[in-house]
Amino acid sequence: MIPTYPIELSVNGRRRRVDVAAHHSLLDILRDDLELTGTKECCLVGECGACTVILDGRTVDSCLVLAVEADGAEITTVEGLAAAGQVSPLQQAFLDRGAVQCGFCIPGQLISAHVLLAGNPHPTVGEIQESLAGNLCRCGCYEQITDAVLATAEEAER
Amino acid sequence: MSRARIGGSPNRVGGIGRVTGSQQYVADIRLPDVLEAKLVTIDCARARIISIDTTAALALPGVRLIMTAADLPRPVPRFGPKFHDRPVLAVGETNYHGEPVAIVAAETKDTAEEAARLVRVEYEELPAVFTLAAALDPAAPLVKDPALRPNDPLAGTNVIREHHFGWGDVTIASADVVVENTYTFPMVTHFAIEPHAFMAAPDGAGIAIWSTIQHPYVLQKTIASLLGMPLAKVRVYCPDLGGGFGGKQQPKLEPLIAFTALRAGRPVRLVLTLEETFQAVRRAAVEIRVRTGCLSDGTLAFQDIESNFLIGAYVEDADRVVEKSNYMACGPYRVPASRIVARTVLSHTTPSCSMRGIGTPQVTWAVESNLNECAYVLGLDPVEFRLHNLARMGEAFIPGDTPADGRWDQVVHKAAEMIGWGSPLLPGRGRGLALGIKSGPTTGLSYSTVRLLADGSVIIFVGTSDMGQGARTVFAQIAADELGAPLDWVTVVMGDTAIVPYDQQTSASRSTVLMGNAVLAACREIQAKVRGMAARLHGLDEASIVVEHGVVRLPGRDVPIIEVLRPGLGPLGGELVGNGEARKDADPSHPLSGAPVFFEFNCTAIEATVDEETGDVVIVRHVTVSDVGKALNPLQVTMQDEGAAIMGLGHTLMEQYIFDEGGRIRNLGAIDYRIPTSMDLPLEMLSAIVENADGPGPYGAKGMSEGAVLCVAPAVAAAVRQATGVAIRDLPLTPERVWRALRDRPIP
Repeated sequence: MIPTYPIELSVNGRRRRVDVAAHHSLLDILRDDLELTGTKECCLVGECGACTVILDGRTVDSCLVLAVEADGAEITTVEGLAAAGQVSPLQQAFLDRGAVQCGFCIPGQLISAHVLLAGNPHPTVGEIQESLAGNLCRCGCYEQITDAVLATAEEAER
Repeated sequence: MSRARIGGSPNRVGGIGRVTGSQQYVADIRLPDVLEAKLVTIDCARARIISIDTTAALALPGVRLIMTAADLPRPVPRFGPKFHDRPVLAVGETNYHGEPVAIVAAETKDTAEEAARLVRVEYEELPAVFTLAAALDPAAPLVKDPALRPNDPLAGTNVIREHHFGWGDVTIASADVVVENTYTFPMVTHFAIEPHAFMAAPDGAGIAIWSTIQHPYVLQKTIASLLGMPLAKVRVYCPDLGGGFGGKQQPKLEPLIAFTALRAGRPVRLVLTLEETFQAVRRAAVEIRVRTGCLSDGTLAFQDIESNFLIGAYVEDADRVVEKSNYMACGPYRVPASRIVARTVLSHTTPSCSMRGIGTPQVTWAVESNLNECAYVLGLDPVEFRLHNLARMGEAFIPGDTPADGRWDQVVHKAAEMIGWGSPLLPGRGRGLALGIKSGPTTGLSYSTVRLLADGSVIIFVGTSDMGQGARTVFAQIAADELGAPLDWVTVVMGDTAIVPYDQQTSASRSTVLMGNAVLAACREIQAKVRGMAARLHGLDEASIVVEHGVVRLPGRDVPIIEVLRPGLGPLGGELVGNGEARKDADPSHPLSGAPVFFEFNCTAIEATVDEETGDVVIVRHVTVSDVGKALNPLQVTMQDEGAAIMGLGHTLMEQYIFDEGGRIRNLGAIDYRIPTSMDLPLEMLSAIVENADGPGPYGAKGMSEGAVLCVAPAVAAAVRQATGVAIRDLPLTPERVWRALRDRPIP
């Protein structure tokens, strides 16, 4: 048997205890143990951004974070962005602006955009493009994703 | 007009699940008792398998099954859409790097991976071919055993088919100017962000398969045939895909997973890594020689085209890619004489398959680039030159085939205007323009069932796959419009062959037209029933009643459908059911087995500048204009066009497989194989459409999801040529390649 280590972390505001193998990633336990499959698995080398989550306020590629490193951390995944069954203004803007096609990259895009706006409520187009450069979208919705982030920032100002 | 109706852009049906993470893709589905699978491969492209020792792997606790070809029926079953040449597992020999020789099924993913590493495969590396030059060498080792190609005159070569198209006689056509060049296009890969995923489970006397597949009914047929089961006992689930782009059309590893699940007696699941998807799907690499003849006034005299497509070790749909794209190689022009020779060439590499544009981006890269060269040599404006030769609406530009089905001149004029064609350029800038045309589907069969429920809500059943293109939304809009339901009262059921009626496939940008027509026909059948109801209820002659766009038009007044439906159904409630069919049968006399239902036509115009120090190409403005007939959902049309344009920039500027001498892909995975990110966009992306409601689909729509990828490369290369004076004929236009070309530029 592979030895496991107990970790405790907060995921979307809920405390969770998980026994994890030393080599398992945060992505592994989110998807396989906690059944939070909104966070997606693609490249596993930290290049595509599909597995982006928030760890203690900053974005990480959850495929590159060992689960044991997340012991004690506060994690937010895409499932944590909507409150009380109501999608967030950012999620709504993604829909309204046509930023979503196949949708597979969208959880990661949303998490990156959410953290960007939290730290920089009025980003420029260049800042948005740079902040989301680590989130690949093969449907090529980059223009619409940028529009959605801009629109969310403008809406928040009103 | 309501935003939900035809011509409006309501939010994507299924969008909420995509932004909240609740949308379940295949890899997100958890079956109880499922075994995790891992493929066993060897570090070599072509090898003779001497032995496979599974002892150590089987000894690992948690390993339930290891299958090799020896555990499959004899002879090992093979499959493929036309040539049944792909074995379920490698038999005796591997033919490309990454071809599975065994599969492990274990209780956990960790165990499966470890066991796969413990399987000892003894093998002997064999001579192999990875390039066109090597594959076409008369002394080349043969990829396909000639014994498998009886009565095939090409059996002693690596050419699987040689296609000949054309008309007139190029050998006697006279021209004032002849321009001849050779162009190359590398192997690239689909890189859907969702890696392929497969599951299979014994299901009573049958089997259930979950797959990231565009064509659930093709998969059903394949599995039924391989397992000897009736179609009804093969249930295929295909949840919405995380991108397909052609790479998820044909069955690949599903047969293997099906045999594994039946043998294990338990569900089995295989999710590929991104690296494994690189070894599963790719676009064909191409070398094309184009010889174009023109009169001095710019009138095209002939096209003489010879293209070699480097496909992989198994044919899959790659030969269709070759024939379909090359048949249209002369483009949308009036060409008096043409000769097209196109070869489908096997190699010991990943099987190539259809990818957005089905070979047309490769052919268009060469032929449109050569036309730009002709304009340059003749001293003609490339736009005027094209317009001079462009087929007019109704003109049979390919003799005997579907005539030009759009006002393509309007597309060219619009793109030229949007790029500012003819206006002064800043120093160091260049502009380029190119046209792309692709044959739409040549056969088709789509059925749809639509149910109008007692409260006026609607359920649509379709076998189309929604892989991001937005088919679900468009079908919902059609039914909402025709039956008068609010869009959020329409449910679209897809992705389960036990529930939805047959659909041939989701490809060739067909679904809006063919399945759209089937949905429309089903709605019309319901409308006819509503008309009968209204006549009965009001004691009127049916002929005096019209039902359209959700409204019952009675003599003198209009009422919503629900006001007829409710009393018409009566106290028991119930529903009205409509069935629709869209069919286009094959035409055996046609070179493609059928004339296209429509053409996709696009004009792309680029303004670019080049950093002379680094060779970096900066796209200042990218204009893409498509003839879509009628945009049923203009926002989704923009998303598809701009997305296709960006995909085109990928193969134009950065994407390519790089092989080592042993046929292994060196840049395997996301670190070394780059696709466009948000930092690689044109400084300005402008898309527009031409709509004349002249398509065969609902309300005059044409298919449109591939047009904008077709001619990006020749437009960019023409802009680079104007900016720098250098013509580059090999893709991609990486900084290194451009820098080298600039360095070697002759001093004027």
